Amino acid sequence: MSSPDVPPSLFVVGASHQTTPIELREQLALTPEKLAQLHDAASRLAGLRELAVVNTCNRVEFYGVATDAAAVAALEQEFCRLSGFDPATFATIRRMADGSDVIRHLVAVASGLESQMLGENEIFGQVKSAYEGAQQRRSVGPVLNRVFQKAFQGAKHVRTQTAITVGQVSVANVAVELAGTIFGDLSETRVLLLGAGDIGEKTAKAFQSRGAGSLTVASRTLARALELATEFGAVALPFEQVSQRLHEYDILVCSTAAPHAVITHAAVAAALRRRPSHPLFFIDLALPRDVEPEVATLENAFVYNLDDLARIAERNRAAREAEVARARTLVGERAEAIWRQVAPQAGGRLEAR
Amino acid sequence: MREGREVDSMVLRMDPSTDRFWFWLAGACYFAGLVLGTAAVLRRRPHSRGLMNVIVVVGYVLHTYALYLRGVEVRGCPIGNPFEIFQFTAWSATSLYLVVGTTFRISLLGYFTSMLSAALTLLSLAMPAWDATHRVNIFGGNAWIEFHAALALFSYGVFGLLSLTSILFLLRHFSLKNKQLDGTFAFLPSIVDLDQIGYRLLITGVALLATSLLVGASWWVRNPGAVNPFKIAVTVSIWLAYATALGLRLRGRVQGKRLAKVCIALFAAALLSLSLITPRRPATGPASVPSSQP
Repeated sequence: MSSPDVPPSLFVVGASHQTTPIELREQLALTPEKLAQLHDAASRLAGLRELAVVNTCNRVEFYGVATDAAAVAALEQEFCRLSGFDPATFATIRRMADGSDVIRHLVAVASGLESQMLGENEIFGQVKSAYEGAQQRRSVGPVLNRVFQKAFQGAKHVRTQTAITVGQVSVANVAVELAGTIFGDLSETRVLLLGAGDIGEKTAKAFQSRGAGSLTVASRTLARALELATEFGAVALPFEQVSQRLHEYDILVCSTAAPHAVITHAAVAAALRRRPSHPLFFIDLALPRDVEPEVATLENAFVYNLDDLARIAERNRAAREAEVARARTLVGERAEAIWRQVAPQAGGRLEAR
Repeated sequence: MREGREVDSMVLRMDPSTDRFWFWLAGACYFAGLVLGTAAVLRRRPHSRGLMNVIVVVGYVLHTYALYLRGVEVRGCPIGNPFEIFQFTAWSATSLYLVVGTTFRISLLGYFTSMLSAALTLLSLAMPAWDATHRVNIFGGNAWIEFHAALALFSYGVFGLLSLTSILFLLRHFSLKNKQLDGTFAFLPSIVDLDQIGYRLLITGVALLATSLLVGASWWVRNPGAVNPFKIAVTVSIWLAYATALGLRLRGRVQGKRLAKVCIALFAAALLSLSLITPRRPATGPASVPSSQP
């Protein structure tokens, strides 16, 4: 129920990976149909003036402007009804904030500071999509429009002025980034996936998603190579031909289960002689290693094993974490500046709940 | 003829009518680029490429103006003494950076170009003896000889940029081999890009110097006594050394780290050779014997 004497309040309520174990998180995310139903229901809630829903696999958060706490409670109940979530359980995992804390939280979320993988880029796009969806449904008004638009600017500022997004933090992405430092543009590179290990497949997928020129798959069993090649839209190569045709590839992702090295110093030296000014990059993800350690002594061969990549990922993660305090300071400064602009319109406090 | 020290004292009085005033300003710009890049390296953060480009462009404009003033004064391309040769080489390297650096968006090349140009301009400014004498109209109005000399020095600018690219290549190679990829190394270009740019610069430099030598030779065969044979031998040796490096690179015999080291060593040798082939005689008047330098 809205009262003309009570100033509306900016609020956020929701749950994320920080408070919710994965088995509960699986039930949190709303399907597009359920999200539409929630918006319909919310539009009928008296006291709720504006609403935007950030709905990802790791968080469901409702950003809104309300004139009383009952409207927020009704919104929560509607969400639980639609998602089939037990309201009592939701009460234990949900977090709520109002006032300037909402803006601080939103800027931090859009910056990647609240993400499971600190500094990841995807969340920015997800929050933007959430806002655009709310705009299309006309569920945002003057307060949330300003809050979201300013929050995006703030998040961009935080991401560019700190190193929280610098360096990759997963083994597959570190490998792709490394290939960039060797070859620059990956669109001309030829990648050979050797073996069918899980991490090798992930790395090959990462190369494909970053636009590697071509992908070839070789496995001890040709049938498995063909199967993987079909899955990746790649070409299969008989395992026995790998050594002779090594010079045709730029990047080798090795993840066989062989008990000994399958890429020898002699084979690589011969391959490099046939491509003297083109380097060869070996990503050895196998244990025991697929590439003989002596290969690294060849001038134009760059060999990185699982430990090397994990070490780089860990260093990048640590570097990002070292920036968190500075990033949070920037978030706080931006949030305060935004709050000063919206407080006259949404500066009320929700009743204690 | 003027003493460099006298001119520099004029700079202190901020006399913009002297070319050395503008040379100092250009040197200061390049030095500012050097400071900007060094500060970024020490902070392990990328420097602003836009700001670096602005600094280099401003330095380049001032440098061009200074060379223009000197050119008007000596009635020709200002490459008549060690000071002018160093200035012209720095200007050539910066000219090329403005094409290569912005086209290929090579990180850190602006920083290294600032370093090279600051070193060449400020070192030559700090050596008044190098600019103690001006030889006026050293080409005797012969445009072909002037073209030959300017082209030769421009090729030295190309080789200067090649040596910088080679340094970047060696740093990138070191970082990849030693798995040191964070900090300053994170801002280095890819090793394949550096190799390609170095290769193109090597071809360009060899072609420019060859053209210069052909132009010079066509004049020399008609006036064999006018040019010091030692000067010819040194210049041809420099060209031969670079051409050999290029030939070996084409055949895949010398590439990568070895080629980068060769290019750095050759540029050092080329710079040293300038002191051997630059005339030290005082000015002989407006119609002094044309030079085929460098």
